Amino acid sequence: MDSVLPRSGLWLGALFFAVIATALAADTGFAVHMMICGLAAFIGLVVTVRGWDPAATIRPVDTGRYDDDLIRLGVIATVFWGMAGFLAGLYIALEMAWPQMNLGLQWINFGRLRPLHTSAVIFAFGGNALIATSFYVVQRTCRTRLAFPGLATFVFWGYQLFIVLAATGYLMGITQGKEYAEPEWYVDLWLTVVWVAYLAVFVGTLLKRSEPHIYVANWFYLAFILTVAMLHLVNNINVPVSWFGSRSYPLFGGVQGALVEWWYGHNAVGFFLTAGFLAMMYYFVPKQAERPVYSYRLSIIHFWALIFLYIWAGPHHLHYTALPDWAQTLGMVFSVMLWMPSWGGMINGLMTLNGAWDKIRTDPILRMMVLALAFYGMSTFEGPMMSIKSVNSLSHYTDWTIGHVHSGALGWNGMITFSCLYYMTPRLWGRTRLYSLRMVNWHFWLATLGIVFYTAAMWVAGITQGLMWREYGPDGYLVNSFADTVAALHPMYALRVLGGLLYLSGAAVMATNITRTILGHYRQEEPLHSAAFDPARDVPLAPAAAI
Amino acid sequence: MIRFFQLSTHSTYDLLRHLADSWGLMIMALVFLALCLWPFRPGGRAMSRDAALSIFEDDSDDA
Repeated sequence: MDSVLPRSGLWLGALFFAVIATALAADTGFAVHMMICGLAAFIGLVVTVRGWDPAATIRPVDTGRYDDDLIRLGVIATVFWGMAGFLAGLYIALEMAWPQMNLGLQWINFGRLRPLHTSAVIFAFGGNALIATSFYVVQRTCRTRLAFPGLATFVFWGYQLFIVLAATGYLMGITQGKEYAEPEWYVDLWLTVVWVAYLAVFVGTLLKRSEPHIYVANWFYLAFILTVAMLHLVNNINVPVSWFGSRSYPLFGGVQGALVEWWYGHNAVGFFLTAGFLAMMYYFVPKQAERPVYSYRLSIIHFWALIFLYIWAGPHHLHYTALPDWAQTLGMVFSVMLWMPSWGGMINGLMTLNGAWDKIRTDPILRMMVLALAFYGMSTFEGPMMSIKSVNSLSHYTDWTIGHVHSGALGWNGMITFSCLYYMTPRLWGRTRLYSLRMVNWHFWLATLGIVFYTAAMWVAGITQGLMWREYGPDGYLVNSFADTVAALHPMYALRVLGGLLYLSGAAVMATNITRTILGHYRQEEPLHSAAFDPARDVPLAPAAAI
Repeated sequence: MIRFFQLSTHSTYDLLRHLADSWGLMIMALVFLALCLWPFRPGGRAMSRDAALSIFEDDSDDA
């Protein structure tokens, strides 16, 4: 291959740069990060020179009409990062209930592991699921291969490097201190490059489609990619202290900074965790149910209403702060209005099963999708309710918020992702079915029970906390100290650990099932449902007696 | 000059705030309504049905 020489030159250049940056580093964290970049460049160099194709090791036969190598890698990455993120979540839940679990080590204390958990589940697990499914859906709905396969490979591996840099940074204490936007300036710049490449691949594939109409799932994916690019750029306008150091300072300060952060933060929920996952819903639910979406026109209204309303909802994170009162009210009003399109979308997804409801009994994958939609509906009702100022005065800063987030994340994002993985895996590896459908059923119930334990515990904890914080005695002083509330919540925190453990166990069942499916194993098992013939019941209905 | 077209020049904040809750809001609302009504134009029903069914056509992943 004649392109090996320039490409290995590029890798070598990157390696040299990383070595020089390590030597010039202003702080240890930056030096470690540049060593990781150097290692990545070295691996890239070896892979290029040896002509090794990592995707080939997991590929059965490349006879497909679509570019599926990266999607196969994406499925594996999603399962891997999911397990890592859920495990980190379980561990920090243990730390909350039993602080001894911090072990006196700065690298694994709650403050550093918490962003590791949130980034691992949202950006690593969710992000890989979004990239993999978007490449899967855009090719099949446009009936064309990916536009720039080389660039798509860069997107996948570049995104993994972003995850590794972000996660290792948190452990070393490198953070911007902005929730869900913790990675520092150089990691942000790297993500920007990766994201622009992602946009180019996606739009390029849309442009070379051999299908006149762009299916609605792609609208949601495109909105997700474009909006996340905009949010990421504006929220991370920072000035680095040194070009070879990890510290930077934001351009926006005070309440302006807070507003930009929550404009970003809430739209990360709206466009990363909602629009992107709705794209999955609009393709995979009809495919699994083998019925077209209930109303295509409702899906268009759902799309535009979500786009036009979500972007204004962020200020509800800043009720009763220095933010102008009208801006708080604006955020609240738009959040309440969001309830309508959200439920329109949920109804659209659920009604897709109209006439095929029996499949919920027989098909655990479809049942998982229905549960995901039910949780989408529940958390998009709870969210607008919590954004109302008087409700927020009770719920804000309490564990109720954590419960709300997890009913959305575990119930909606988690369940829809699991069901999409179950849908794609046999198709991507050319298997006739999954290794085991019964294990999907086990996963479904373990995860559902886990969510119930988690959210119920956090509702009780959050309302207890809110009521104790605001309780005044007849003397006009607060009744409870902060430590009193912590003691009162301990049983709830222990129950949350149980919920997290159940959810993680379900995911472990999935990891086993998907691994065995990839390996080509089929579990011999009894079918989930067999309707036994009962001659006594198999008689025509008696006609109604005439009166 | 009609008062209706005059925006406050007191400060950038004032200008943007009044632009946002008058002309900006109206244009956004109209664009939103037009986009939502677009699928209901004559012939929109058939097009939507075809689009909804398009994911089931030619359903093979093989070349």
